Amino acid sequence: MTVKVSMSVNGKPVSGEVEERTLLVSFIRETLRLTGTHVGCDTAQCGACTVVMDGRAVKSCNMLAMQAEGAELVTIEGIAEPDGTLHPMQEAFRQHHGLQCGFCTPGMVISAIDLLKNTPNPTEREIREQLDGNLCRCTGYHNIVKAIAAAAQTGGGVLRR
Amino acid sequence: MYSFKYQLAKSVADASAFVAKNSDAKLLAGGQSLIATMKLRLSQPSDLVDLGALAELRGIKVAGNTVTIGAMTRHAEVAASAEVKKAIPALASLAWSIGDRQVRNMGTIGGSVAHNDPAADYPSAVLALDATVTTNKRKIAADQFFKGMYETALEPGEIITSVSFPCPKRAAYMKFKNPASRYAIVGVFVADTGKAVRVAVTGAAPCVFRVAEMEKALSAKFAPESVASIAVPEKGLNSDLHAKADYRAHLITVMAKRAVAAAL
Ligand SMILES: Cc1cc2nc3c(=O)[nH]c(=O)nc-3n(C[C@H](O)[C@H](O)[C@H](O)COP(=O)(O)OP(=O)(O)OC[C@H]3O[C@@H](n4cnc5c(N)ncnc54)[C@H](O)[C@@H]3O)c2cc1C
Ligand code: FES
Ligand code: FES
Repeated sequence: MTVKVSMSVNGKPVSGEVEERTLLVSFIRETLRLTGTHVGCDTAQCGACTVVMDGRAVKSCNMLAMQAEGAELVTIEGIAEPDGTLHPMQEAFRQHHGLQCGFCTPGMVISAIDLLKNTPNPTEREIREQLDGNLCRCTGYHNIVKAIAAAAQTGGGVLRR
Repeated sequence: MYSFKYQLAKSVADASAFVAKNSDAKLLAGGQSLIATMKLRLSQPSDLVDLGALAELRGIKVAGNTVTIGAMTRHAEVAASAEVKKAIPALASLAWSIGDRQVRNMGTIGGSVAHNDPAADYPSAVLALDATVTTNKRKIAADQFFKGMYETALEPGEIITSVSFPCPKRAAYMKFKNPASRYAIVGVFVADTGKAVRVAVTGAAPCVFRVAEMEKALSAKFAPESVASIAVPEKGLNSDLHAKADYRAHLITVMAKRAVAAAL
């Protein structure tokens, strides 16, 4: 059986026919073809699939698409300005070389925005502790932490939407 | 994941009646435990009844000496609540220690207490603070609620609506985390109500439990040294790749000492 699911993604209303067991991440990647949201572990450990739902960072591999019915989602594709100017968090990751292979990066950036939203001026220790829902297989944590600290000074905790 | 039918509950009464009638149906709260077990095909519900839209199950109220938390209140909301931080700081910091930010943004207190994972954090607070679990049918005292591994006093179709915590005189929770999952390898919640001291241990055994000997010693003198030489026997404690039973037994005493010190 399929059901209709509708939500807003990056400011646009979207909907699709999905099986009831469809995970939110599958809806985002396979139905909407927004492949910036990654699947690293598929077991709620790594955070590569993190998206913002109604203002909160969540792991889209550990919830049903139906749980996002009517919600407002922001994915990595939706955080830059319409003219392509990077979000301050993306810019900080670029400046501070906060990525190596880049696989964990979409989830890191989204989680880091949520981190700064809740803790606007974190210490280095707070950044490390509060990034515990995201793993970097390249272990590039030093520069990720530097990028987040820098983004705290440039509005990195604010989403346009 | 096996397929199932999904429905969004319109009321607690409807959800309860449906799950009572359909023995393979399950309630869905944040899904942070349930979806994972379904993905592993350890659980195969026929239907999921999503409690997500029931606003009456969400929210934090402080009245007199009691903090009441709605079942669908998320861990992040409890951790950030100024009222909880003021009334029972140990409870707010426990909520903050659960999993990671994304899990705390979805997982709920009702789901955690109903699931009764042997390594979950909330059961220790419910038991040590002598909380009351309120369902759509009755009120259940903490001592009667947790029955065994993933087992509670909840009957088919019974829905937790809230959990009420009496404010203690002082309390603290100390958790030795599994560094990968952040679940408790051993967590000890110590609460001094003013009249009695209660000590609850999670992570160490198949189900959260109290340590009568520590409670007695702390009632006589509330100080870390009171529990320093009290060891819980390792028989019956969990032994797995994360920690053997003797190590867990050792950790219970260490975490209890630290919790008392933190509560002082
Ligand atoms: C990566 C990760 C790390 C985690 N780390 C920790 C940790 O460190 N400590 C910890 O304690 N937990 C941890 N958890 C578990 C997390 O706290 C869950 O949120 C919690 O165990 C279940 O809450 P839920 O709202 O997600 O419930 P669900 O998964 O939706 O439901 C769990 C069970 O409870 C039942 N249920 C739900 N609500 C009710 C209700 N109101 N009445 C009756 N039955 C109900 C459901 O039918 C189901 O059987 C972790 C989870 C993940 C994915
Ligand atoms: S893919 Fe979701 S947490 Fe790893
Ligand atoms: S940059 Fe490669 S996984 Fe993080």
